[in-house]
Amino acid sequence: MSDLTRLTAAEMAGLLAGGQVSSVELTKAHLERIDQVDPAVHAFLQTLPEVALAEAAAADQARRDGEQLAELAGVPVAVKDVLATKGLRTTCGSRILENWIPAYDATVVRKVREARLPVLGKTNMDEFAMGSSTEHSAYGPTHNPWDLERVPGGSGGGSAAAVGAFEAPLALGSDTGGSIRQPAAVTGTVGAKPTYGGVSRYGLVAMASSLDQVGPVARNVLDTALLHEVIGGHDPMDQTSLNEPVPPVAEMARRGLAGDVKGLRIGVVAELGGRGYQQGVMDRFQEALKLLADLGVEIQEVSCPSFSYALPAYYLIMPSEASSNLARFDAMRYGLRVTPAEGPATVEAVMGATREAGFGPEVKRRIILGTYALSAGYYDAYYGSAQKVRTLIQRDFESAWENVDMLVSPTVPTTAFKLGEKLEDPLSMYLQDVATIPANLAGTPGISVPSGLAEDGLPTGFQVVGPARADAYLYQLAGALEAALVDKWGGPLLDSAPDLVALAAGGQTAGDAGSGGRGIGHQDGPTGGAK
Amino acid sequence: MPAITRQEVARLAELARIALQPDELDRMAGQLDTIVEAIRTVTEAAGGDVPATSHPIALVNIYRPDVVRPSLTVAQALQSAPAEEDDQFKVPQILGEEP
Repeated sequence: MSDLTRLTAAEMAGLLAGGQVSSVELTKAHLERIDQVDPAVHAFLQTLPEVALAEAAAADQARRDGEQLAELAGVPVAVKDVLATKGLRTTCGSRILENWIPAYDATVVRKVREARLPVLGKTNMDEFAMGSSTEHSAYGPTHNPWDLERVPGGSGGGSAAAVGAFEAPLALGSDTGGSIRQPAAVTGTVGAKPTYGGVSRYGLVAMASSLDQVGPVARNVLDTALLHEVIGGHDPMDQTSLNEPVPPVAEMARRGLAGDVKGLRIGVVAELGGRGYQQGVMDRFQEALKLLADLGVEIQEVSCPSFSYALPAYYLIMPSEASSNLARFDAMRYGLRVTPAEGPATVEAVMGATREAGFGPEVKRRIILGTYALSAGYYDAYYGSAQKVRTLIQRDFESAWENVDMLVSPTVPTTAFKLGEKLEDPLSMYLQDVATIPANLAGTPGISVPSGLAEDGLPTGFQVVGPARADAYLYQLAGALEAALVDKWGGPLLDSAPDLVALAAGGQTAGDAGSGGRGIGHQDGPTGGAK
Repeated sequence: MPAITRQEVARLAELARIALQPDELDRMAGQLDTIVEAIRTVTEAAGGDVPATSHPIALVNIYRPDVVRPSLTVAQALQSAPAEEDDQFKVPQILGEEP
């Protein structure tokens, strides 16, 4: 086997089942890849070689013993550091939790462990999942595998970069306003936000409880669906968990990959495109629509007028919930405790000094904004209005579902921006999530798949959003698009990403290496071919 | 006039228990003002007859069976505590000095 890390998770599972490779071999290959490229990418806050290899050995033993195993048993996974891991440091990208060792596993972590997926490590993220670039991590940013001088998106930039850089075949993420889908789009990978309540949030450190959703991250649609099935399902430990079976996402992904989408009706959201969207992003989006039309998908334009208020409503609801949720970081029971240098060290003074030292600028900004939106005199005007907008957005979705099965748009208006470019301009950073936020406000599922490379040689994403509980149809459509695009390109998009080992060894920057579709050996490559 | 003044940020920071430094107050006042200006449009979006939505998918409260479940041991609960004494969290003094 030349390079195990280049296989898909489904291929790895097949080799494991056939006895051609062991989980220990797979896990070692990924740990070696992490050693080679992670100094340049910084997708991981912490790797867990001993833990992962022990879990891999146990998976191999269980297979030898003839145990009934999950399909992905033995395939390694990376876990976003916002999910609690028993006995293993969980920082949420924050100084305030630098030394927090959870006493329990998040339900999704327990599920991947029970399914015997070795956990390679904890991935980097914007502090408490607040950001769209992973630059708000207290432990330094993650770099985009396509261009190391650019951001990998956020907040789950670590998970997206880990799969994009072949450091892990699978990863867990969380999506409050786009933190799974936006990083997927800008790193040329796949990420899904399940229906709200479809995957347990127990052990997910909360940012905005009515919006947060855990979901799968991978390099292709089928792998994403297989991981979705591992983590999905009812959990009595999460009051908002849906007591319903996991939708047949893998089966429907396979149907889509086989080209079976004829008769599906999709709506192009009029409000999510055009002005403010990069030309190359729109071009790849239009080409993807053409491919779907060729497969027999019915396409029409749909207007969702209230979507223009989604971003403002989100930036009131999310900070309001976050300011309440983050009140738990009070320096009393766990986490950092800082005693003020001057004055009496009362509880209040210790809390103030601890939160000043332990939180980064974006977290402080959102807590203050949320405190403002909830304070007397502003509550009805801001928080109350935002909750009404949420109703209007749900109504826009409901009326769309009368005519179409799913809505589509570019995932993100632009390709990955340069590190540092938007750090001092929070509002322009927030605009990254303009197309992903409506799904969170309505609780509907969403998925992002690569649609190609823009004129700057960087990946673009295609988003599918569907009605609540219709996750499986999203995978079907996304699978069909992926199959058509891979066929057109002559291979997966990530085949044309730069060679990170050469970059890491040569000290060359990713910008020099170029990423304009080289190496694909096909006339009609990911940038759309000759025009 | 800015919607959020430096003085307002200082008051909010006190409510949020974050001892912001003077330079942070200056920077944040400007940034928050820009943000609030941009999100203010929500106030004009919905009329009075639109109901509020607090939760994306409607659910009703249910009760779990009233049986004892395993929970954290004292040692587990205290394992990440900044300070402890006699199997309890040790916290700073609650009340300030009399003025």
